[in-house]
Amino acid sequence: MIKTVVSVGLPVLETMHIKKNRLTPKSPKASEKRFCVITGIHGDELEGQYICYELIRRIEEKIELLSGTVDVYPCVNPLGMESITRRVPTFDLDMNRSFPGDLEGDMSEHAAAKIVDDIAGADFCLDLHASNIFLREIPQVRLLKEHQEKLMKYAKLLNTEFVWVHPSPTIQPASLYHSLNSIGVPTLAVEMGVGMRITKQFGDQIIEGIFALMKELGIWEGEVIQPKDPIISTAKDRVTLLHANASGIFLPSVEHWKGIKKGDEVGKIVNSLTGTIEQTITAPNDGMVFTLREYPVVYGGSLIARILEGEA
Amino acid sequence: MFQEVIHTVKSPYRDDMHILGYRFGRGSKAACIVGPTRGNEIQQLYICSQLIKELSRIEKTGAILNNNEILVIPTLNQFSINVEKRFWAMDKTDINRMFPGDMEGETTEQIAANVFEAVKGFSYGIQFISFHTPGEFIPHVRMMETGFQSVSLANLFGLPYVLTKKAHPFDKGTLNYNWQMNGTNAFSVYSPETATIDEKSARQAVSAVLRFLTRMGIIKYNCHSGYIASIVEEESLMSIRTDVSGIYRPLRHPGDEVKFGEILAEVVDPIEGEVISQIIAPSDGIIFFAHSKPLVIQNCIVYKLIRRLHE
Ligand SMILES: [Zn+2]
Repeated sequence: MIKTVVSVGLPVLETMHIKKNRLTPKSPKASEKRFCVITGIHGDELEGQYICYELIRRIEEKIELLSGTVDVYPCVNPLGMESITRRVPTFDLDMNRSFPGDLEGDMSEHAAAKIVDDIAGADFCLDLHASNIFLREIPQVRLLKEHQEKLMKYAKLLNTEFVWVHPSPTIQPASLYHSLNSIGVPTLAVEMGVGMRITKQFGDQIIEGIFALMKELGIWEGEVIQPKDPIISTAKDRVTLLHANASGIFLPSVEHWKGIKKGDEVGKIVNSLTGTIEQTITAPNDGMVFTLREYPVVYGGSLIARILEGEA
Repeated sequence: MFQEVIHTVKSPYRDDMHILGYRFGRGSKAACIVGPTRGNEIQQLYICSQLIKELSRIEKTGAILNNNEILVIPTLNQFSINVEKRFWAMDKTDINRMFPGDMEGETTEQIAANVFEAVKGFSYGIQFISFHTPGEFIPHVRMMETGFQSVSLANLFGLPYVLTKKAHPFDKGTLNYNWQMNGTNAFSVYSPETATIDEKSARQAVSAVLRFLTRMGIIKYNCHSGYIASIVEEESLMSIRTDVSGIYRPLRHPGDEVKFGEILAEVVDPIEGEVISQIIAPSDGIIFFAHSKPLVIQNCIVYKLIRRLHE
């Protein structure tokens, strides 16, 4: 059932709506659990679009196996998505910095508050992100150290190779993740892929994890896969960040999500006017490249790769 | 006056972006003045340019007092100014949220770190800045309540208002906050305009800084003594919102005194032209902030009022 969570009138002949699809069992009981999947806080992140479509399609195909409520919020920043804008247009604010919001506040604050109100009381929430246009990420669960004890068992069900316990911007204070966890809705954030694109393979991988999670929550009665056993990184020093030292055009030499040996070439920053190499970037240790620069134009300081230390 | 390069961002195809510093006088680090961090802060750039012009003159006449050095950094972000983008054009980060910065970090963190290295250690730090919500303000000096702020010093600018605000988590990346935490008395000077130039308020801002530098014994400059400021806490400002979206017709402006029940603005139907809502003053007071875009979206703040204050 499609429901409108919030509507805000725009100046000229248009109202912005944020909608959700509520999926319920055929013969509902009173005591069902509720699971929420939300995506699109950042208007340029589209990986969650495929996941929402596929999740709804697969649940409806076997609706008799659904034993709880699933709320899918596929696009909570519709103006951003349809103007290729990461933030909330006109306000130029990061929606993931406006939670828990303010019912009396402006469009962005009001929408944030309505979303939190709508999710409040749910038994679990998953916030799907898709990096940004600059970096490609392997599917990974992100959570804060303070929530590790409570959430790790669920994080491991999501079928990712990697769980990063790290205060990344996606989950910092004023994020949806942070606001929901602080009102008692267990919430995990997933990062995957790259902005403005859909990587079907990643989506399929996370979908399997979502069903495994729903089974654990008692919301899904169908068969589920055995989720991958993820590498969990909690210590900051296990992740190495490689930044550009030169400006130019980045050409990667490694494949994303592949092992790398100390001294291997990660990529080159080249000058396309002179035909010369400005910088050759090499791996400082063995490990796995879980973040790789996607957008080729770089300045000094631009993030090129993140390597998870370990065996190549 | 000495010109120096504080930091350079190299670019593949654009000119390298040199962040320039202008030093006046010599000796102990007395005052540092920083201009725009965002690409739409044209009024702030203009104010800095006029200040550099005045300080050059003052230095030539020997009116910078002994053992005082003044550093002016007129812009941290000509890359964005030149392409009319508000934030760092590549990744949309806000340089004024990146302090104290990171020498090994992202491009804008490196900018912040290198600039902070140059501006720290001064007795007084002054930044010309715009608010993150676009709109017009009464000219004022703003300080964050860090425990190190000095309202009595802020009063010496002679601007009509001094506003103090509590530091929120997202303020911790501002230059003002980091200056204060590092022992500099930091002031942010707000001018009514941002993307357009207003000569009168630009002159007022330049005079306010020169007045402050005079009163702190850094320069000798004869100027009007300005206002004795009213001190306003940000939390005490009364927000007035619009209940509908449409074309916005402001009737009253920053600095205006208004009476309870007075019509402050109207919202007009964008197609049929009729007035569909009136914004009514909920209290007597003086308008501190006003929305200035031609369109308005329901529930957004259109005015902030200093309650029960009279001219
Ligand atoms: Zn995101």
